[in-house]
Formats: sequence, C-alpha cells, structure tokens
Amino acid sequence: MANLHVTLPGLDMKNPVIPASGTFGFGYEFARFYDLNLLGSMMLKGTTLEPRYGNPLPRIAEGPSGMLNAIGLQNPGVEAVMNEELEKLRPLYNDKVIANIGGSGIDDYVETAKRLSTHDMVGALELNISCPNVHCGGIQFGTNPSMAADVTRAVKAVSQKPVYVKLSPNVTDIVEMALAVEAAGADGISMINTLIGMRFDIKTGKPIIANKTGGYSGPAIFPVALRMVYQVSQAVSIPVIGMGGISSGQDAIEMMIAGASAVAVGCQNLIDPYACVKIIEEMNDILDQQGIQDVHEIVGKSHQY
Amino acid sequence: MNKYQGIMTITSKKELIKDVYEMILEGNAASYITTPGQFINIKLNDSLQPYLRRPMSICDYDENHIKIIFRVVGTGTKILANKNIGDTLDCLTGLGNGFTETNYKNVVVIGGGLGVPPMYALTKQLIQKNINVNVILGFNDQSSIFYQKEFENLTNTYIATMDGSVGAKGTVIDVLKQLPAFEAYYACGPEKMLEALAINYPDNGYLSYEARMGCGFGACMGCSCKVKSKPYKRICMEGPVLLSSEVIING
Repeated sequence: MANLHVTLPGLDMKNPVIPASGTFGFGYEFARFYDLNLLGSMMLKGTTLEPRYGNPLPRIAEGPSGMLNAIGLQNPGVEAVMNEELEKLRPLYNDKVIANIGGSGIDDYVETAKRLSTHDMVGALELNISCPNVHCGGIQFGTNPSMAADVTRAVKAVSQKPVYVKLSPNVTDIVEMALAVEAAGADGISMINTLIGMRFDIKTGKPIIANKTGGYSGPAIFPVALRMVYQVSQAVSIPVIGMGGISSGQDAIEMMIAGASAVAVGCQNLIDPYACVKIIEEMNDILDQQGIQDVHEIVGKSHQY
Repeated sequence: MNKYQGIMTITSKKELIKDVYEMILEGNAASYITTPGQFINIKLNDSLQPYLRRPMSICDYDENHIKIIFRVVGTGTKILANKNIGDTLDCLTGLGNGFTETNYKNVVVIGGGLGVPPMYALTKQLIQKNINVNVILGFNDQSSIFYQKEFENLTNTYIATMDGSVGAKGTVIDVLKQLPAFEAYYACGPEKMLEALAINYPDNGYLSYEARMGCGFGACMGCSCKVKSKPYKRICMEGPVLLSSEVIING
C-alpha cells in the first residue's frame, strides 16, 4: 500500500485524484455511485455570480477518443451554490472542495470569489479563465497574459482561500500564461482546459453543436496535456494539478511523472461514473508493483530528461 | 447505494424491419430498472472509439432481461447491430425518471416511429393495473411498421401512417382527436410529434424526450432543457419524461 497522501495549498488530500469541474456536478449526485470520501478532493461545477442556463442544445458531439462540449457554464449562481448545492453535499463529504469560478468580467470573478472563499467547505478556489464556451469573458482572460494576471491579482486580493488558475491550452505559449498568473499571486495552476474544436453534419454542413464550437476533451488530448504540464511544471514553483484525458491509473501516474502534484479526471467520469475510485485503486497497484512507497517520488520524474 | 452498472449478455437478436433491430440483454443489471420509460446507456466496446456510451430506451424488462429496439443510424448503432449472441455489453441501467404517474382509469399511449419501443413495457404495466388503455402508433408508411401485433395482443391499438398505407392516414394526433375522452396520455416519438401533442393537449400528458447525452446520469449538463416548472430539467435525470404542461416549445 503506497502512500498516496498529497498536501497542496488549501487541500489535505488522502490521494491525488480529483474529479474535474464540469464532469461531476456539485458532487452529491455521484454519492449514489460510491462513497465520495474516497476522493482526494473535488472540483465543483463552474459557478458564476448570477444563474446561467448555458447554451442551446445540442451541447455535445463526439470525436475520435473524445468529446466536444459547449455547455456554457450552466449553474444556479453563487448564492444557490453556497446555500443549496453545498448543503446537499455537506452530509456526504467530509473533506474540502475546490470551488470553480467563471465570469464575464473581473468584477464578476471578484464578487463570486469573495463569497465562495468564505464557505467552510471550500478549501481552495479554481479560477476558470479558460472556458471556451461563453461569449464574453472566460477564455479572453485565459489567452492574454496581462488579463490573466489582472484577474488573478484581483481575486487573490479578496479570496480567503488559496487560488488555483485553470489554464487554457488554446494559446501559443502556455508557459508565458503560467508565469504571468504565478507572478500575480496564484497559489497553484490547474491545466489543461479543453481544446476548441468543431464537428459538422456532412449532409447539411451545419455544425453539430448549437454553439458551433465546443471544447474537446478525453483521451485524444492526453498527450497535449502531458506536454504542457511537463513544460509548465518546470517553469513555475507553484504546484500544478494535471488534467486532460486521464482515463486510468496508468494515465494518472504518467501525468504526475510529467510534473503534476495531483490529477483531475474529467471526461472519464462521464463514460464511467465509477472512474475516479477505479483510478485511485489502479494508481496504488501500479506504485506497489514498481516498489514505490510514496507517490511524491514520481512527481516530475520526467524532468531529468 | 443503488446499483447502476452491469455486464449484460446478448441472448437474442432479430431484425424486425430493415435496419431496426430487437435485442435481448441478460444480466442482473436489469433488476436496477424501476419504471417503464427509464433508459440504459451502453458502452459498445472496450475501445475508445466510439468514445461515448449510447443511450437506448427500454422496450421491455424483467428482473434479468432487458429488451431494446433500435434503428441503425450511425457508427454506434451499426456496431451494436453487428454484435452477436453471446457478446457482452457494459451497461448503466435504470437511468432517468420514467413514466411514474399512473393514477388514472382511462389513458392513451402514443408512440411514433422509434419512440414506439418504450411504450410497450408501459402499456403492459398500465394494463396490469387495470387501467383502460388505447394505443396509437404512428409510422411513415407500411414498411416502417413494427410491433403492431405485439401491441394488438395487449390492447386496442390504432395505427396511423403518413401515407395512409396502413390504418388512418395522417398523424397520431389525427387519430387521437377521434378517440373518446381520456384522462391522461403518454407519448414518445419525434420532437415534432411531442410538440404538437403538447400544443393540442397541454394537460395530463407525459412526454418522453431524447437528447444527445454526454453521460446519461446528470453529470455533464449536456442535455438540459428549459421548462416552465424549473429553470431547467436534464433529459437524462429529471427526464426523459417531461410533463406536457411544463415543456417549452422551441425552448
């Protein structure tokens, strides 16, 4: 039994596995599948100041080894998340959660962060500056280093909890983005969000997704995520939570070897609702097989090459 | 904790009409189904291609069997149709909120095209509860009709075809208008059919929808639709059965 315990800013986790935001709702709905306390932590559905219905349907399309989504940050708004959603989760989960925050302007992010960071169940915030599916805000912050730094700085100034910034892969130089948010005070980085993609109906030529474009995720993007985590984790001194196409314990181990201090599992939760617990067990088995006592030993193991 | 996942074995496969298959799956995951109108979500193989599960309506079920009927429309359904007896499928079963409200004496069950299958188990259950059931099945033409006999063996069944080749010429609504008064109706079929029903019969209708789904169990929000009763309902969780009084046409 390898030691899987991981400590990150604001999070004391019994293992490094976290369901990724947007694939796990507000957590409580997965309690019908397994005991949520098996998880390291969880990233809540992206929350905005006001309730949002999101984009019209269809919001989902499929691709080779992955899926395209354009949900559009559907959520009931910060007040309902704090007073209703988290209260439904409270009796089911004992550890701290990571609250994911979206917005269309700095003021939105700041106000939402201010409120959510006071919640006793929230261990850290994850700033979503990389949602490709909302028309104003979101990704603009995630593709411009100075805007990313501005929103990070503004949120850090009001947040009572550590702040992780979720980076978009839809940039030329992700290291530049990471350095910008680190310099602005980010306590950690989570990466990568989805890659912007499209699918078309070959008879009509119409995009399958009503929003036209969507974010591509799943095993297809795993090598891209590994490469980016490998680059960023060597450039910054804050921890990186690695995500993007992780579907097995082997993938999770590989992501940590790339430099991630913890991992988030996204799409695979949708294919297999039991994915996270299976991944935790598989990670433990692989470490045991390799005779590794502590998961920390593998973090950034690739950096020597 | 409820159970949802199980490996099911294909024990029967039959082509009912061109490209429409009936398949029986065996396994104890069938026991997780609680009401007609729920659905199952099938992982077609162990590979990453196709990536997503395929949601399917449940035509009939018992403790150890699930019958599905599907049309081959794309890669996923083609893979399923090419499966053989004895092959196994990883299934999530008992998903969604089916036809739970059956406290009536006199109802109509309506199925259109590939919306017909889930109405079979419902009709059986309604009859067991001594409810008077009239069934209307709508198809494009004679060649697209299936399960007529199966329904006729259960109860009074009317057929509507768009070209009039069998039964009444026109839509299920044309037939419905001729029927004596009823307390409630249950329907599954193309969105246009469900919308027309909701417009013409806004009260006591239970409409089963389909949607492109990411997960099928409420996690991804891929199938949320706006309704009058709440900000939204997920077709996979609060649905697939919605009330005719709450749906928003073109919502």
